[in-house]
Amino acid sequence: MNAATAVTRLALVGNPNCGKTALFNQLTGSRQKVANYAGVTVERKEGRMRGPSGREYAVLDLPGAYSLQPASLDEAITRDLCRGFYPGEAAPDALVCVIDATNLRLHLRFALEVRELGKPMIVALNMVDAARRRGIEIDVAALEQALGVPVVETVAVRHNGAAELVRRIDALMPQPAAMQPPVVEAGVDHHAQVRDILASAVKMPTRTAKIDDALDRWLLHPVFGLLTLAVVMFLIFQAVYAWATPLMDGIEAGFGWLGELVGSTLPEGPLSSLLVDGIIAGVGGVVVFLPQILILFFFILALEESGYLPRAAFLLDRMMAAAGLSGRSFIPLLSSFACAVPGIMSTRSIQDPRDRLATILVAPLMTCSARLPVYALLIGAFIPEKTVWGVFNQQGLVLFGLYVAGIVSALAMSWTMKKFRRDKSEHPLLLELPSYRLPHPRDLAVGLYERGMIFLKRVGGIILALTILLWFLLSFPGAPENATLPAIDYSFAGQIGHAMAVFFAPLGFNWQICIALIPGLAAREVAVASLATVYALSAADDDAAAQALTPLISDGWSLATALSLLVWYIYAPMCISTLATIKRETNSWKQMAFATFYLFAAAWLASLVTYQLTVALGGG
Amino acid sequence: MSAHPVTLSDLPLHAAAQVEEVQDMHANDAIARRLRELGFVGGEDVRMVARGPLGGEPLLVQVGFTRFALRRSEAARIRVRNGGTA
Repeated sequence: MNAATAVTRLALVGNPNCGKTALFNQLTGSRQKVANYAGVTVERKEGRMRGPSGREYAVLDLPGAYSLQPASLDEAITRDLCRGFYPGEAAPDALVCVIDATNLRLHLRFALEVRELGKPMIVALNMVDAARRRGIEIDVAALEQALGVPVVETVAVRHNGAAELVRRIDALMPQPAAMQPPVVEAGVDHHAQVRDILASAVKMPTRTAKIDDALDRWLLHPVFGLLTLAVVMFLIFQAVYAWATPLMDGIEAGFGWLGELVGSTLPEGPLSSLLVDGIIAGVGGVVVFLPQILILFFFILALEESGYLPRAAFLLDRMMAAAGLSGRSFIPLLSSFACAVPGIMSTRSIQDPRDRLATILVAPLMTCSARLPVYALLIGAFIPEKTVWGVFNQQGLVLFGLYVAGIVSALAMSWTMKKFRRDKSEHPLLLELPSYRLPHPRDLAVGLYERGMIFLKRVGGIILALTILLWFLLSFPGAPENATLPAIDYSFAGQIGHAMAVFFAPLGFNWQICIALIPGLAAREVAVASLATVYALSAADDDAAAQALTPLISDGWSLATALSLLVWYIYAPMCISTLATIKRETNSWKQMAFATFYLFAAAWLASLVTYQLTVALGGG
Repeated sequence: MSAHPVTLSDLPLHAAAQVEEVQDMHANDAIARRLRELGFVGGEDVRMVARGPLGGEPLLVQVGFTRFALRRSEAARIRVRNGGTA
């Protein structure tokens, strides 16, 4: 036990799908800190909570585990932390073992395993509301008796559903002996023990929820299941486009107004140019995509919470296994639609190292939200907005097509890698399909807030810095006195762009695009901000500079150039953070170099084909 | 279903059975160990809930209160007998 002044450390431990994260959100509210465990990229979530006595607690949310005999990196971390052996982490003062009241057969076994560690612990019997609805009766006193440690009922998704747990912990903490589990002899059969406990403390009419049976009959049906999955995915992408538009128009108008205000207030000169052309045009061009990113994450989070995502993995497993992946790859790949970095990080839940590597290498092909600004800009400028086949938005259809192209390319790539792999031994699946549950607004809100802040921090940090740097490169040195071309052609950036254009000319990229590609390496969405800055500065007069980017490029670029750039972004390894994450997760420069090379080669070739074909067909 | 033991991978759709044991396919079979930890132990009732849309794989198996998706090769480690009530 720490000194009285130090905070008490609690660790939440439990099987996957026990509602641990919802309980964690309930206990700590928004007072959370998300980071990584030292040296590895497993997410570490810690929060603060205060008990009724005023005592402060630090609550650590450990990765879900089925067993303390680890089968994956997360499970190893959970085991080491529970034992108090994890380097750089203080041993928890007490463990809170979360078990799902509707899934006691599995979760009690793990609780018994945790109990054998001999650490002070309390059991949170979670989702008792769902258990009651299913007619499961649990005698908490008998359970407490059988386990020899305190047991408290919780409903993590209900307001105050964990108040009793907090009260109990707070009351017991001064004398942790009350939470000390009895000494049990090692080597006993946990399954037999669980059966005894269930027989003495639990009454249950049915083993499954009727609603799960009914939903699974349809959602896992070979035909209706796949159809539903396709419709769900399609609706998400339509919604990302349709729902976000009014919000985006609002943000755009706001930044436009701000630019005009600053431009008219400040005297003409470098400062005004930096603020209006550099920062406001650049940052505004990126912030405008916040609504789309939030809508996409909203759907990913909601599907994850509802228990549908593992069903999707089930439906797609055979197909993905044929392509050298696994059904488990589906969730990391779907997260990569938001951003490849968390997607690649979440591959740690794939136990098979070969499946994991294949998933990591193709994850950058999933269309991340940072590409959305580029796609949105180009589609908005070149694809007419009209309704096709009565209901579909044509722009949404093209967007959907770009996403599909990324997916097909990923499958083709992993299939190729599988062909060249020497190790042909078995790849396990072993995936739990949890009960369906309604996503809780608080958990969605916490998740959206985290993702939104990550995006805005990028805008405030790296994107802002690059925008300013780019403005500098574009503005200096100024044009010589006998200049015949616009000033931008004489700037550093202009020179770099013209030099690069030689290499990219066969793809139809002009020098303005080439300049925008450079800062896009740090963050793809900066490419849009950069284009905005480039065009704002090269505009002949202030009227043209104040124009939005869309009409500028739709007048200035050919359709072939636009399509070529769209295709470039399906493949291009234009994101340093993704490459750094690949290096960190695979711990191999070789894998990172391979990913960079294959993505770059694919981008260049595919864009070349697109451009030349479109030109040949008359779109040049 | 016949009375003699078969493996879980042979169980027809919606059929129930009882686990006899999980067999190690080789020494130190981590997949077999994990299957036992997940509740595939002698006497447990199992039921074939669904099969994947392509090639009847993966299998969705109910064991205890939980549903697990297994590949055929994983389910082939689990010997079952008929008489389950799941």
